[in-house]
Amino acid sequence: MHPAIMGLITIVVGVGGCIGYFYFSNMLLDKVLFPPSGPNAGRNINRANMIRPWLFLFPALFALGLYLAYPVFATLWLSLTDRDQGGAFVGLANYRQMMSEDKFWEAMRNNMFWLVVVPAMSTGFGLLAAQLTDRISWGNFAKSLIFMPMAISFVGASVIWKLIYDTRPEGTDQIGVLNALWVSMGGAPQQWLTIIPWNNFLLMIVLVWIQTGFAMVILSAALRGIPEETIEAAIIDGASPTQIFFKIKVPQIMPTIVVVWTTITLVVLKVFDIVLAMTNGQWETQVLANYMYDKLFRAFDWGVGSASAMVIMLLVTPILVWNVRNARREMR
Amino acid sequence: MDNIAGQKSTLTWAVHISVLVLVLAWVFPTLGLFVSSFRTSDQISSSGWWASLTTQERQLPAIRLSGDEFRDADLYVIEGNLFPESESTVTAWGTSSRAPEAFEAGHTADLGDGETLSLDETGNFRLSGPESWDGKRLPRVFTTASSPPEFTLGNYVNVLTSDTAGAGIGRSFINTLTVAIPATVIPILVAAFAAYALAWMDFPGRSLLIAAVVGLLVVPLQLALIPLLQLHNQIGIGKGYLGVWLAHTGFGLPLAIYLLRNYMVGLPRDIIENARVDGASEFQIFVKIILPLSFPALASFAIFQFLWTWNDLLVALVFLGTDDETLVLTGRLVNLMGSRGGQWEILATSAFVSIVVPLIVFFAMQKYLVRGLLAGSVK
Repeated sequence: MHPAIMGLITIVVGVGGCIGYFYFSNMLLDKVLFPPSGPNAGRNINRANMIRPWLFLFPALFALGLYLAYPVFATLWLSLTDRDQGGAFVGLANYRQMMSEDKFWEAMRNNMFWLVVVPAMSTGFGLLAAQLTDRISWGNFAKSLIFMPMAISFVGASVIWKLIYDTRPEGTDQIGVLNALWVSMGGAPQQWLTIIPWNNFLLMIVLVWIQTGFAMVILSAALRGIPEETIEAAIIDGASPTQIFFKIKVPQIMPTIVVVWTTITLVVLKVFDIVLAMTNGQWETQVLANYMYDKLFRAFDWGVGSASAMVIMLLVTPILVWNVRNARREMR
Repeated sequence: MDNIAGQKSTLTWAVHISVLVLVLAWVFPTLGLFVSSFRTSDQISSSGWWASLTTQERQLPAIRLSGDEFRDADLYVIEGNLFPESESTVTAWGTSSRAPEAFEAGHTADLGDGETLSLDETGNFRLSGPESWDGKRLPRVFTTASSPPEFTLGNYVNVLTSDTAGAGIGRSFINTLTVAIPATVIPILVAAFAAYALAWMDFPGRSLLIAAVVGLLVVPLQLALIPLLQLHNQIGIGKGYLGVWLAHTGFGLPLAIYLLRNYMVGLPRDIIENARVDGASEFQIFVKIILPLSFPALASFAIFQFLWTWNDLLVALVFLGTDDETLVLTGRLVNLMGSRGGQWEILATSAFVSIVVPLIVFFAMQKYLVRGLLAGSVK
């Protein structure tokens, strides 16, 4: 069967199944199990209302549990076992092996570098773009163009930037912009992606290019939410535009800046496609997610692969805790 | 207030220019790919794409003359055109690499032994000599020519219709579509019911569940790969579309529930309570009131999920596999970058084919995308 037809059938079955499940389970509850009539009508209504939320929640909880919660523990277990020994428990052996590999430390170092540069640059450019575009008539048009890379896949963006970093032999016309500029300033053509450690930075630029639009959109909304009076008061007190920006506006949108920063941090921790497509971790550009993919699907070493996945989870955990605490505070 | 107004007008110029610079910097990379995808392979590999937008004067690679000879009086003559397909204008030419600009257009050059060669502006040449050219190597011509911008749709035809040139981009396009659409539609419904329960029903453990959803928002899907692949193999799904759809559904649910719940909580309480008093069942309330009112949030999530599933590489590689039959666009592009890294006409065109659908969705539904981002900027 053609996969497209299969896809169509899946949509019909999936959507129909969902609607059918919700409809019939509700009917069963209301008409058969606890009908709101007869001698126990009142008690039945209460009981039905106790059960109904779980009917509504069940498919989602099941999928969440199976596809996100269970794998966390399964991966933890895999990282403590050895596949070659039939899944025997080996304690921290996988972690020890991972720690002894240079590639792992290279990935860790690069990841830390990514974690500083990408969120900082994206948020910085995003704030700049938000502040500037809010003041001009064609700001919305400018915004949607800066926002556009958000829709482009990491792999597509890698192709786009690989063209920019392209190298032709000396003496011929350069087709990559970076080399064309470099040569026009009198340099010799460079293989940019092989120059350690700057090649890491060139890969980060790709992600900054994608994420800046996101930061800009969020921060722009935050800037608009600043009460006018605070700015007017500052103007009357004789503050300069720079002072207004840094001393009045930025402190007021600080919570939003933190949210943007952590959101981009999460993206950075999972970055994989860009490195795989552009260098595949060669020339000391390895990152954790690609290291993990290498271990899992090229070396088929599930133990060390899972151990490195747990390292990513560990790095995410502070953000997870912080998000959950914030969410609980908002609910109260 | 005069000085403030004055300050503003002097600053405005700087602002306009800064924004222009930013926008150009952000559009330039994509524009490069777009323009490149309309150039022939010769053009892409010999000059930068920015040069293709204007008429360029430059030295072309040497062209060896060719053609059928005929007799003209006692001379053997070959006539033809150097640029049968393009409209270049020759400004200077030569027959040796040491003096590539020796002659002007229209000049007749003496090649020795009674042989002459003339070349006019439009590239028409006439080579004549006292002996037959049969078996001789015809001379090479170096030209400096100005060429007008020239673009072709050939790359797209090539990539989309020919299996060898595009290496199956057309098929991958269908594959990606097959992955993305069910993976967008299914989680919406599942999440909408759950979000309604979390927003408007009272039951013990509700706030704990909401916190759990927020926590799951950030769990890296890297952790899920091996355990779920094992699970899929055990229950007989193996690698295939069903597995990808399920995986995308699972990974998309936290954001979907979070976005939809936040939106539904904001709906007016009166409407829902009135409906309850009037005897509507929860199911009816959900289908007839909540779903239609939540359309903006549903649209936001649908766009997110569609962009994410269309652009995804990792989930598709792991759960669908790397077979030629089922490779998605992103996977195909990664392969092309390895095997045809130098063939920019194919790479650029394929990449543009893969990003054009998300771009259309993006520009058509930007309003909902922004709204969704503002509502759920946690993921």
